[in-house]
Amino acid sequence: MNEIPLWASETFWKKTAIWVTAGSFLVLVVLTMDSLSKTSAGSKRVPAYSVINKKIDYQYNKELHKFMPVISENELLFGKEYTEQEALQLVDLGKKTTQAKNCMNCHTLLGNGAYYAPDLTKAWLDKGWVSKEVREDMMMRFLMDPEKNARTFGSNRKMPNLNITEQEAKGIIAFLKWMSSIDTNGFPYNFKTINAEE
Amino acid sequence: MNTSGINGVIQKATALYETSQVCMNDFKSWVQLDSSHLSDGQRLAVKYFIVAVILFFAQILFGLLAATQFIFPGFLYEILDFSVNRMIHINAMIVWMLYGFIGCVYWFLEDESGTEIVGLKLGNIAFWVLTGAVTLVVLVYLLVQIGPGKDSSLWFINEGREYIEAPRWADIGIVIVMLIFFYNVVATFIKGKWSGIAGVLTLDLVALAGLYVAGMFYMTNITHEQYWWWWVIHLWVEATWEVLVGVIMAWSLMKLLGVRRKIIQTWLYIEVALMFGSGILGLGHHYFWIGTPEYWLTIGGFFSALEPIPLVAMVVHAVYDTGANAFKNSNHPALAWIIAQAFGNFFGAGVWGFMHTLPQINMFTHGTQWSASHGHLAFFGAYATINIAFFYLAIQHWRGDVWMGSDSQNTWRWKWALGLLNGGVLGMTIALLIAGYEQSFIERAVEGSTWGGYFTAQNHPSFQSAMVWRLFFGGVTFAGFVLLVWDLLTIGKGETRLAPEIIEMR
Repeated sequence: MNEIPLWASETFWKKTAIWVTAGSFLVLVVLTMDSLSKTSAGSKRVPAYSVINKKIDYQYNKELHKFMPVISENELLFGKEYTEQEALQLVDLGKKTTQAKNCMNCHTLLGNGAYYAPDLTKAWLDKGWVSKEVREDMMMRFLMDPEKNARTFGSNRKMPNLNITEQEAKGIIAFLKWMSSIDTNGFPYNFKTINAEE
Repeated sequence: MNTSGINGVIQKATALYETSQVCMNDFKSWVQLDSSHLSDGQRLAVKYFIVAVILFFAQILFGLLAATQFIFPGFLYEILDFSVNRMIHINAMIVWMLYGFIGCVYWFLEDESGTEIVGLKLGNIAFWVLTGAVTLVVLVYLLVQIGPGKDSSLWFINEGREYIEAPRWADIGIVIVMLIFFYNVVATFIKGKWSGIAGVLTLDLVALAGLYVAGMFYMTNITHEQYWWWWVIHLWVEATWEVLVGVIMAWSLMKLLGVRRKIIQTWLYIEVALMFGSGILGLGHHYFWIGTPEYWLTIGGFFSALEPIPLVAMVVHAVYDTGANAFKNSNHPALAWIIAQAFGNFFGAGVWGFMHTLPQINMFTHGTQWSASHGHLAFFGAYATINIAFFYLAIQHWRGDVWMGSDSQNTWRWKWALGLLNGGVLGMTIALLIAGYEQSFIERAVEGSTWGGYFTAQNHPSFQSAMVWRLFFGGVTFAGFVLLVWDLLTIGKGETRLAPEIIEMR
């Protein structure tokens, strides 16, 4: 009665805890290296920053049973063709601005953040920008003076003025365009883009 | 400015200082706490607890402001915008819980190691440095709020990354303070005696401090940035924090109920195995939709589905030990909060997490109020409760180990505080869950997550009423907090009976 079986002993569980932790962590490290290499900018899943020169869409892929980004012919941003280096600089400015303006504590990016304002994952492709012809201009005006160009959809929620400069606004738009080209495994589902026919 | 003006200011400042001294002395004579009951380590712990409670207040206050903005979007518009309130709401939470944990560890460090804390002075300096830094960070959040899209903004204002918004200079400070804390823990155990609890704690703190570093880098590639960001957030709250709480719980159950060390430590190892075994690769459930490869759908789904298992084990553990001891214990409010922890952790982290962790469901719940619902119950259930339990243990000792049982005076206060806080958080959780369901259906499934779909869901009556209920239950939570503070300051005052010594169970 007094004998403790192995599976109930302290030392058995101590060893188990150590092996399980070390093993799991090792697997995580290996998977991390693999994931990082498969998602570097310029990979199949995360396109190079110069993708901002291209037309981006998001369509249902019947074979894969999920929505996938579709990158096709040239569709210049602000009427300019960016080199890889210029594109990197512009997207970098945009990304940095989204952090410095604390966008993530109202919006979600790739679905992560706060839930007070819409998700930005595919914001570049959103029908809310009416048509491709007016999109860039509308986005610029909205970002730089959100009070006057508020897009509240009847909610009365307005983005505050965040003192975004013209260059920063261009950066944000480039960043949003680039982000919309990332393969997010089909999230969000059933998203109808600005390119889709009614 | 002329000299008489300066003199006037000095006089006013002196008068203000004197008034505050008088108030402080009045307060001290009212609370009647005798610090000679505390060891040096415990005095340091109490400092951490006091700041923790103040930050707990800030968490609730800014949460209420943000909740109000969901109903009245014009409220404090361009003064304290939702983003600012929400940031302080979640930052205050993370920091008060860390303060609580550090306090708990300093509290039992001398008892567990059987010796005095090695670097007490260093520990005190670290406390003041950390508290000064936290104050400065919050002031900048409130007064500066945002900066231009430059590195300097990320270094000195805000990094704009949910939960770890603290600017880079503060990150470095936090790491230094954590290293001092780590040194104190390890050096004290080395000087005194080592134990299973000490071993688990040491390894856990290495991971906890090391992981924070993963979140200190800026990256243009948002997939990589979010990848590392989740290393910090997930591996903190769903792995290392859970184990830290297991350690604190283990020590508390020994002290409160007299559970045998051998049993407690065996349980602790089982919990570590289950927690890290599921939690480390469970990280994958954050890698479904951020651009990372598809194998995370399988790995993340499978391992995160296992995450509730250790939490079930903890419920069994707490209920069994309490029952085996026929509920006999010397600190009723502390035990009540520990039981609240076991269930809160299981429901908040376990059940609420499991409900939306599989990718097939998460596709529609990701980025909705579902996460907020889960977050409220999980953080409160798993972490706020254990800290509050410890506050009661601390105040009992501070009063000279007086009896805190069913026939004490004014027990209604702690019981009502317990009920209001738990009821308030549960109410918010349910309200947010309803909002989350509604968003998942209307915004995600029907409307396909466009901006139009988002606002259709936000404008829906069931969402709107859920936001009203959330604010109402936020108020209930606040009432519970006020009562909790009042009770902590007064419980055991005038009690002369001593708590019976707890003898180890046979």
